[in-house]
Amino acid sequence: MAEKEVTLMKGNEAIAHAAIRCGCDGYFGYPITPQSEVLETLAAEKPWETTGMVVLQAESEVASINMVYGGAASGKKVMTSSSSPGISLMQEGISYMAGAELPALIVNVSRGGPGLGTIQPSQADYFQTVKGGGHGDYRLITLAPASVQEMADFVDLAFELAFKYRNPAMILSDGAIGQMMEKVVLPPFKPRRTEEEIAKQCPWATTGRIGMRKPNIITSLELRSEEMEQNNLRIQAKYRECEKNEVRYEEYKCEDAEYLIVAFGSAARIAKKVIAIAREEGLKVGLLRPITLWPFPTKKIGELGRKMKGILSLEINAGQMVEDVRAAVEYSVPVRWYGRLGGIIPEPEEVVNELKKMTL
Amino acid sequence: MKGATVVDVERCKGCGLCVVACPLNVLALTTKQVNQKGYNYAETVLEDTCTGCTSCAVVCPDGCITVYRKKEE
Amino acid sequence: MTKEEIIRPENLVYRKPELLNDVPMHYCPGCSHGVVHKLVSEVIAEMGMADKTIAISPVGCAVFAYKYIDVDWQEAAHGRAPALASAVKRLWPDRLVFTYQGDGDLACIGTAETIHALNRGENITIIFINNAIYGMTGGQMAPTTLIGMKTVTCPYGRDPKLHGYPLKMADIAAQLEGTCYVTRQSVQNVASILKAKKAIRKAFEYSMKGLGSNLVEIVSTCNTNWRMSPEKANKWMEENMVPFYPLGDIKDKGKEL
Repeated sequence: MAEKEVTLMKGNEAIAHAAIRCGCDGYFGYPITPQSEVLETLAAEKPWETTGMVVLQAESEVASINMVYGGAASGKKVMTSSSSPGISLMQEGISYMAGAELPALIVNVSRGGPGLGTIQPSQADYFQTVKGGGHGDYRLITLAPASVQEMADFVDLAFELAFKYRNPAMILSDGAIGQMMEKVVLPPFKPRRTEEEIAKQCPWATTGRIGMRKPNIITSLELRSEEMEQNNLRIQAKYRECEKNEVRYEEYKCEDAEYLIVAFGSAARIAKKVIAIAREEGLKVGLLRPITLWPFPTKKIGELGRKMKGILSLEINAGQMVEDVRAAVEYSVPVRWYGRLGGIIPEPEEVVNELKKMTL
Repeated sequence: MKGATVVDVERCKGCGLCVVACPLNVLALTTKQVNQKGYNYAETVLEDTCTGCTSCAVVCPDGCITVYRKKEE
Repeated sequence: MTKEEIIRPENLVYRKPELLNDVPMHYCPGCSHGVVHKLVSEVIAEMGMADKTIAISPVGCAVFAYKYIDVDWQEAAHGRAPALASAVKRLWPDRLVFTYQGDGDLACIGTAETIHALNRGENITIIFINNAIYGMTGGQMAPTTLIGMKTVTCPYGRDPKLHGYPLKMADIAAQLEGTCYVTRQSVQNVASILKAKKAIRKAFEYSMKGLGSNLVEIVSTCNTNWRMSPEKANKWMEENMVPFYPLGDIKDKGKEL
């Protein structure tokens, strides 16, 4: 595939191609709908014959995430992907990785829950992703793509952020973006890092004691409370730094807006259609699309939101991000939620009706 | 053959496995003295008998025993 | 000849392995872990792999193995060490990769990871310390606890009707196509320790030759939780553990190759 060539593919396939192209060293995953095309595409592409990337179908999501832990602990650029129930199984490993400060990429092509739920798209994993998910005080750097193009682009970005902050990063997508086909320009090829480059970029990594340097140890364990508190404080300081530097969002038709929709991923695409219809009917509506769900664009929503008559948090769940939107405007502006559940995608018209209710 | 053992007294936990392993009863645990951790520790009681066979050191779980052996002239 | 004449560098015949550092080990007096730590340290050094080893420690008594043996270590979540090792070995094929796990970690919570890593034929070694009890958490029943054996969670003795049967992991491992070498050893006396060392060396070498996965089970003691002296625990192990977990090589595919 020539570079800069526009191709048509599924979001899940874009993740796989982008991983190979950005110099990913290893993918470890387990089949689950609606994301299995990530592993399937990698298996078909055979990157181990070209870039040397390892691709392994694990025995479970528990094993997948722990393979990612091992690979990340050795300084390699490694990833996994799954969907909601599988991501639940991975929470132990994610918490350990956050505790051991390991960079890695986890892709969640989420589906409706709770439980086995449905295989249809949903954004109901927002809380799980940005509020913890596993045990302990930690955060996941979270990118929310709204197109197949962003699925491709965010793979490299997620790795970059993960290595910059030595923390796992997640791409929180959903079944709609994973399954839909769109045109995409894949990122250019980047070679995998050499052993020397890994040693230089990750002097902490367990690569073997190259040159008989001091042994490196990767662990999240520290039984002495004073030391453990220091570890926590160090990690928290890193999170504050990340909140300062890495907030990403898209503003759409906000200049003259009187009402604001806050929506991410698939819901943000619907929001753009909603805005087109609403504006035809004379309702001045804009969109603020958080691209990073953590760190959340709290400050931006606070500033922008305060100028509005009302805010609608449009989510394909029972109302999760709405709590963060309300907190961002400190309850000074009416904030409503609208969404559909169980794998149903809201129609633009029903959202327009919700907006109209806000004007009454 | 003539041997000698040196016990890292502070590392010793007094498990006594070296005492059992020695075929010539060269080692014994102290009965009165303890190390800083409070353990009775292994010591050589039959110095002249040691052949430097290393049995005591091999079984020592904490690697406390160093063994030397010299051919008698 | 005086002792001073004997204690000279040229006469040195045994000392603590260099890779085993001076940090005092937290293991109880007489614990088998220490002996196996020494053997692992010796074998790595003798193979000249100190700068090329990536080891994975478990959850359980050996969680702190990384404090004592001077190689690179990753500390895994409970039972997941074989998953870590699988990835590490595939990403670093020229490294010596091994896990060090106890019976609760390997044969209970990590059974799936253990069996699948072995069955995939990952070129790793799993060192399996089987002392038939949970040590770190205070002597609870393990998957390998013998029938009739008392622990704090089967205080009247393990009863198959209540608790099921002890699991023979090495025998299961030997049935898997992916395993190259499966052996059961012990470390209660000089002879058994020397045999165990040879087994570890063989397993490590097979893993570096890419012959498949290797399991070295060490039938061990936990004198503290067995409520015995170290000496008595060794004897009890020989009399009770060994008949159920017989020692020796169960499978050696490398020999045929």
